[in-house]
Amino acid sequence: MRGMRRSGCLPASERVGGAGLASTRAQVGRDGQGGDVVCAVRDLTKTYPAVRGRRNAPGTPEVRATDGVRIDIRRGEIFGLLGPNGAGKTTLVRQLTGLMRPDRGSVEILGHDIVRHPERAARILAYLGQESTALDELTVSLAAETTGRLRGLDARTARAERDAVLEELGLTALAARPLKKLSGGQRRLACFATALVGERPFLVLDEPTTGMDPVARRAVWGAVDRRRAEHATTVLLVTHNVIEAETVLDRVAVLDRGRVIACDTPAGLKEQVAGEVRLELVWRERAPLDVPEVAALRDRAVESGRRWSLRLSPEEARAAVAAVTGGAAFAALDDFTLATPSLEDVYLALGGSAGSVRGLVKA
Amino acid sequence: MSMRASAAVRNRYKDDSRSEQEPLDVSVVPAEVVPGAARADGSRSVQTEAGARAVADLGPRARLWPALGAVYRAQLSRARVARIPLLFVATFQSVGIMVLMRGVVDGGGEARAVVAGSSVLVVAFVALNLLAQYFGQLRASGGLDHYATLPVPPAAVVLGAAAAYASFTVPGTLVTAVVGSVLFQLPLTHLWILVAVIPLAGAALAGLGAALGLLAPRPELATLLGQLGMSAALLLGVLPPDRLPTVVQWARDLLPSTYGVEALGLTFGPDPDWGVVLLDLAVCAGVGVASLAVATWAYRRAAVR
Repeated sequence: MRGMRRSGCLPASERVGGAGLASTRAQVGRDGQGGDVVCAVRDLTKTYPAVRGRRNAPGTPEVRATDGVRIDIRRGEIFGLLGPNGAGKTTLVRQLTGLMRPDRGSVEILGHDIVRHPERAARILAYLGQESTALDELTVSLAAETTGRLRGLDARTARAERDAVLEELGLTALAARPLKKLSGGQRRLACFATALVGERPFLVLDEPTTGMDPVARRAVWGAVDRRRAEHATTVLLVTHNVIEAETVLDRVAVLDRGRVIACDTPAGLKEQVAGEVRLELVWRERAPLDVPEVAALRDRAVESGRRWSLRLSPEEARAAVAAVTGGAAFAALDDFTLATPSLEDVYLALGGSAGSVRGLVKA
Repeated sequence: MSMRASAAVRNRYKDDSRSEQEPLDVSVVPAEVVPGAARADGSRSVQTEAGARAVADLGPRARLWPALGAVYRAQLSRARVARIPLLFVATFQSVGIMVLMRGVVDGGGEARAVVAGSSVLVVAFVALNLLAQYFGQLRASGGLDHYATLPVPPAAVVLGAAAAYASFTVPGTLVTAVVGSVLFQLPLTHLWILVAVIPLAGAALAGLGAALGLLAPRPELATLLGQLGMSAALLLGVLPPDRLPTVVQWARDLLPSTYGVEALGLTFGPDPDWGVVLLDLAVCAGVGVASLAVATWAYRRAAVR
């Protein structure tokens, strides 16, 4: 009964949460007649075959990298894929960009069947991968210009777009430097520039801001916003960075072990754990387990060294804070913080914390 | 209804022991409570139909020659950053071999073979060995994704890179041929033949190098194959063929660089047989076309996995 499983992310029209019926109807009306889905993914499945172990290397079992994924991305939105390493984000993106054939399922981008015609992906989307080896020895200027030419621009247009994009991203001063000689963040920005030369209605960005300073980050999101406002450009963003996800994304799909375990606006997702707060306790040396209240908390804590992280209801949190700040436990306490839930808490609450994975942020 | 929904939400989070294999349903409300038009299946099909109707125009495709030119130019510029020291190495290696061989061969046919072999060795070093390494690394590191997500014909990427690497060999080959001719007192009259020998031997060897680099399952293997190819070109091309055992002579006939060496060597003679020269060059061209076709196929295969 595999067909019955849903591991998906559909527009708000199909998701009825705490929003109430009236607003749901409004959403349906809009989506129903708009037909504004830019990228529709259905039942996308890809399994990596098992690797048999050799003498010195243990084998790996069969891995289902994407498992019945269904996603709808609407025009003009910044849609995020969030998940820990190995959740299947990059595999999913490679299937959307025609770089990898799925075992099963369909991908439709702007009306084109990408599974049947993977070569069309290159003509409707721009992809920023994690690797820059193809461009490393080129100058920033030539990397942008060549990419524009290979995106089908004529020489003059490619040069004009190159100049405009480098200016927009503040890269003009670095135009004559080879990418190899730039810092990690600058190189990433230069690669982002190549993705913008030769306008595309759909941008697929795999961790675009890794290693960037705040100025470069702002340049990236400024450029994305301008394209959204002027051309209704749609963006699919792969990210590890929960804070960035909360600030820039319109909607986010949380991936875990190849499956979409949640999909909503960041605020909508946080609402799901709104009843809870996060309590962080840092002990001076180790937790005073002889205090019964502390011992009781231990079962619910995610421990990392001296640090305990707990998700509690507000009343429980208040009691816990009272317990650790008064009496015997206080002597052992180094620091504590109380915070409202973040996307990371959502991820943990959804059961994404599978064994070794403690959270979303790359260590 | 909203009460039911929130209860469902709460239940899901409470039940932490739930098995990972259990189907997860994102929508917490059963489909039947969602009114008519909003039914999950209904609106989905509407959207899919609407999406199918609104087929967007595809962006332009990069045409073969402009794309090839762009790749060629970009690859050529890499020489400035990364390749110049290696070009010196290639040239010095060939000149050094000729100096060594001066004590061994005594002019005539053997001298011609040594000079021609050393000159074409520069082409083998750069076009075969370095290109195999380049494509091997590009493939292993995921760098091919950049080209594979651009609407560029595979042939443009392979031919552009191959042409650039063949071009890198021009100065070294020229220097080697001239120095060798002076060293062994050979005539410089027919050195113009290099205009044909470099691109044709270059095409054959670069095609081979690209194919090896793109087909090798690991980058170390690509490097190894490139080095082996170059060693073969060195041993089988530079050593005068008359002194080699028969089996090795057969191997020599199988190596595409041999035909470039033969063509160049013949033109050093007093009265070259142009028909044979032409035939040798035709073999180079044929191997070039075939190996570049294989390399293009290998690129396609490597780009989409």
